Amino acid sequence: MKFFRSHVLVGINETSIMAGVQDFIKALRLELAKHNLQEEINILETGPLGFFGRGICLSVYPENVNYQDVKLEDVTELVSEHFLKGRPLKRLMLDDGGKFSPKLNYSDRIVLRNSGIIDPENIDEYIGAGGYEAWEKALTQMQPADILAEVKISGLRGRGGAGFPAGVKWGFTAPIDAPQKYVVVNADEGEPGTFKDRLIMEGDPHQLLEGTMICARAVGATKAWIYIRGEYKLCIDRLQKAIDQCREYGILGKNIFGSGFDLDIFIKIGAGAYVCGEETALIESLEGNRGNPRWKPPFPGVEGLWQCPTVVNNVETLANVPFIIQKGAEEFMKHGTPECTGTKVYTILGDVAYPGLCEVDMGTTLRTIINDYAGGMKKGFRFKAALVGGAAGVILPDKLLDVKMDFSSLNQYAAVLGSGAILVMNEHQSIVDILWSILRFFRHESCGKCAPCRNGTQQLYRLISKIKKGKGTMEDVDLMLTIAETMQQTSFCALGQSPIMGVRSAIENFKDEFIAITKK
Amino acid sequence: MAKTVNIWIDDKHLEVPDTMTIIEAADKHGIYIPRLCYHPDLPPTANCGVCVVELSSAPVPKRACCTPVAEGMKVVTNSKKLRAYRKTLVEMILSNHDVVCPTCAANNKCELQSLANNLGVEPDNLPSILHKEAVDDSSLSIIRDVNKCIACGRCVTVCNEVQTVYALTFADRGIDSHVDTAFSLGMANSPCVNCGQCTVYCPTGALRERSEIDAVWEAILDPEKHVIVQEAPSIRVSLGEEFGMPFGSVTPNKMYAALRKIGFDSVMDTNFTADLTIMEEGTECVAKLKAGEKRPLITSCSPGWIKFMETYYPDLADCVSTAKSPMSMFGTLSKTYYAQENNIDPAKIVSVAVMPCTAKKFEARRPEMRDSGFQDTDYVLTTRELIRMIKEAGIDFANIPDEEPDKGMSFYTGAGTIFGATGGVMEAAIRSAYFLVTETDLEDVEILAVRGLEGVKEATVNVPGFGDLRVAVAHGLSNARKVMDRVREGLATKGESPWHFIEIMACPGGCVGGGGQPYGNDIASRARRGQALYAEDRSLPVRLSHHNPEVKKVYERFLGEPNSKLALKLLHTHYFKRSVSTGQVTGEATHKH
Repeated sequence: MKFFRSHVLVGINETSIMAGVQDFIKALRLELAKHNLQEEINILETGPLGFFGRGICLSVYPENVNYQDVKLEDVTELVSEHFLKGRPLKRLMLDDGGKFSPKLNYSDRIVLRNSGIIDPENIDEYIGAGGYEAWEKALTQMQPADILAEVKISGLRGRGGAGFPAGVKWGFTAPIDAPQKYVVVNADEGEPGTFKDRLIMEGDPHQLLEGTMICARAVGATKAWIYIRGEYKLCIDRLQKAIDQCREYGILGKNIFGSGFDLDIFIKIGAGAYVCGEETALIESLEGNRGNPRWKPPFPGVEGLWQCPTVVNNVETLANVPFIIQKGAEEFMKHGTPECTGTKVYTILGDVAYPGLCEVDMGTTLRTIINDYAGGMKKGFRFKAALVGGAAGVILPDKLLDVKMDFSSLNQYAAVLGSGAILVMNEHQSIVDILWSILRFFRHESCGKCAPCRNGTQQLYRLISKIKKGKGTMEDVDLMLTIAETMQQTSFCALGQSPIMGVRSAIENFKDEFIAITKK
Repeated sequence: MAKTVNIWIDDKHLEVPDTMTIIEAADKHGIYIPRLCYHPDLPPTANCGVCVVELSSAPVPKRACCTPVAEGMKVVTNSKKLRAYRKTLVEMILSNHDVVCPTCAANNKCELQSLANNLGVEPDNLPSILHKEAVDDSSLSIIRDVNKCIACGRCVTVCNEVQTVYALTFADRGIDSHVDTAFSLGMANSPCVNCGQCTVYCPTGALRERSEIDAVWEAILDPEKHVIVQEAPSIRVSLGEEFGMPFGSVTPNKMYAALRKIGFDSVMDTNFTADLTIMEEGTECVAKLKAGEKRPLITSCSPGWIKFMETYYPDLADCVSTAKSPMSMFGTLSKTYYAQENNIDPAKIVSVAVMPCTAKKFEARRPEMRDSGFQDTDYVLTTRELIRMIKEAGIDFANIPDEEPDKGMSFYTGAGTIFGATGGVMEAAIRSAYFLVTETDLEDVEILAVRGLEGVKEATVNVPGFGDLRVAVAHGLSNARKVMDRVREGLATKGESPWHFIEIMACPGGCVGGGGQPYGNDIASRARRGQALYAEDRSLPVRLSHHNPEVKKVYERFLGEPNSKLALKLLHTHYFKRSVSTGQVTGEATHKH
């Protein structure tokens, strides 16, 4: 085995590809070879690095130096300074000259444990990191009921937004005697500001596949579909590659590992409707119909895809499963709170020093996440509010900075964890503007099926636009609450039930702003 | 197997089967839950949200239309909150609706109008968000005004699920979502068969027939024109309900009186040509039976069915009777036989038909329906349009003294009048086919097996000298599909149709449930109208088409005999192939006799 002095992890994702990462890697290899360093410095192409810098980002180990926005013309200097002379190039370092280093807590990660470390396009690296051990265990050492029990004990809750216990959901489907059952992976990540699923899939596609396989085994499904957002080109490519590798290795297919169990996984590319993140609309779309939600009951667990029992789970939920099976529910429950076990992946953006991605234990406070993982506020700005959970989320003021981020704690403040997007706003941002932006989004994304949502989203957008222009009154503000509440109570699916979150939290927490902008 | 469960609606204890939804259970026990998009005849679309009720088990209200009952369920249908939500909801719907009630065709029949009124909605609470779009008036039969559409989805459901025509669908999303035809080409360029069931189920005035009222008044008020009118069987059992009479009142003589009062020069009756159709179609059928034909004979009276057949089953067009519909036979005869008998220049005759049907407007304008040398039928009024004309003329329909029709093309038998109900044409045809084969009349003329509202009815009638005559009756085009698929399959696999003779009507219930019938045309009222036709049949002195004296006279004086050369020229037609995406003619399916 070759021994390298240093490993350079290069994040390959949509951002870095646009910044020309492929040319950059070529140049870097050439430059290293010029100095005869190719046997000493290893370049690893990997997924997201666990922090979110601009452009091309690198992590160098064992020094633990992170670079961002590295350009082609920096290659010569980087090689001569860092790799030849051993002096990290301060001007390109993510940590702004060493003042802050985002916590890259690899040891505490579950979902992102391999992300940024292994080459996501190489199944051998995943297997080398312990991958598919859980799948092998689930197939050869466990009965479906054992898997189900383990997931139930772990307390794993759905990471798509609603937080429904995954084990309970699987438990609806598992006992049904049906000729065909399905697992559907909801990878139609559409919540504004959320891209955690994308990074999970880009960084470690095999882990998602493994979780899907274990779920299929637990409920007795022999086919699984990944319904993925069409814009996620890199995810689609990597997942397809991963599926092909699995088929080649006999990890997917007929009679897997001699267990008698058959399974195959397919990818379906979504056409870009937010509502298709709703599980029944997703199923309609998967069947080739217009992406409108269905009524429940019957729930998909009983009657889903093509009327067959179907488990629909979010990417992050399933990505947790291999860890639970491999290491046991006990180990999983060491993370998080008793009610909300495990970790949560967040995407933090807005006016923080280091926007990006982090995986932290459930129950970590918003303050800790912002300060320890995003470097606090951007220099010179004060925290005003955070939109937590995307467009379907709530606007939290600074007095709630110490609220614990988990399903139950947030519930006390009529807030939701939602998709795990945290949008931080500084004191100069207008809450009316952000609400306008949210309501414009809902107006655009309503499927139009039901009257409260179709008409309500348009009415709300009209009203907030009027208020934004300074032409509204406080009666208009009250009318918005009435409409949003009616929508919440009478809309057909979660989409129409959601605008109340933003509307109410904005108006209640920042009433002064509405008073100031409306006509007396 | 359905189990019985205990539920409580507003504290009233009910025992209902677990296959029911909350609204079905409530309706069955006389508890009214406000609703808008739900219609008991159709599968729910669950679009409007008005029928929300509170359940002790659910955090937010649930729609009563699509929530199944469950053991121990406690339902609250009326609370302070629910009232407020419904009111706001209807205000939202009205804010996106073209509120022009006084001039709307659906005024006083509009379900949105009455709901808003019942809930005490404040019209100006919300500003209008209506974005006006052009009205789709491409079709000869149906006008579609999206500005009045509330996207309840009933038309889409009835078009796709009940009729399986697939002309209407939802397009776009959010506030822009709307009902549309494929590629927005308009109703005229869609597979729409003009059956008009969408107009019947539309809760507002978004879908209605293309009105010909003005043109008919114009003709009536023109002293140069001789305006002759015919009325389909079902009209006489549908008019009364609009004028305060009980559903199913049989009012042919009030109908004649009203038409004469409106100013028609000659008041005749389509029932006469219904009897004539039996002679033409029955003769065709008997000829086929005697020849041992393996392919069935299928009725051709329903223009919605004909266009459907041309679109989806052109390969079976040769099985469809070449006989024109009673309306078109009447149209042709009015400008030939009638003109000749009464010495009137056919160019001056305006032939008007009152039909329960929107598709008849299309049929009248088919280019091949000009065998008289003119457009055989000039104008077609729906039942709804005639009602408007009666009201415009200020006629007190319920109290108008009875009158008789004019003579010549108005006498009818019981067989002619039951044409208006599903199974009626079949029953009338069997009555006469039996005679044509055996030369004796049936002892019991009532063939109960082909009556009623079951989707596909089958019967076997023993005809001495022929043997067992196997017949099938389908109404509603999804049922027509079932029958046609079996015919196609039988011909392909066994070289034989499962039935000798098939009646198909496009509209559920037959013509009494036609797309031109008064609003509120649900299955229950169709059944009552159908019963009224059978009652009239029983009350008539002559119940067999071949004994109609005026029919005999038209053969003696003009046509010769059934299926004579002249009869084939004037009273028979041929069919085309149509594109399933645009409904346009792509070629001939059969040729003219």
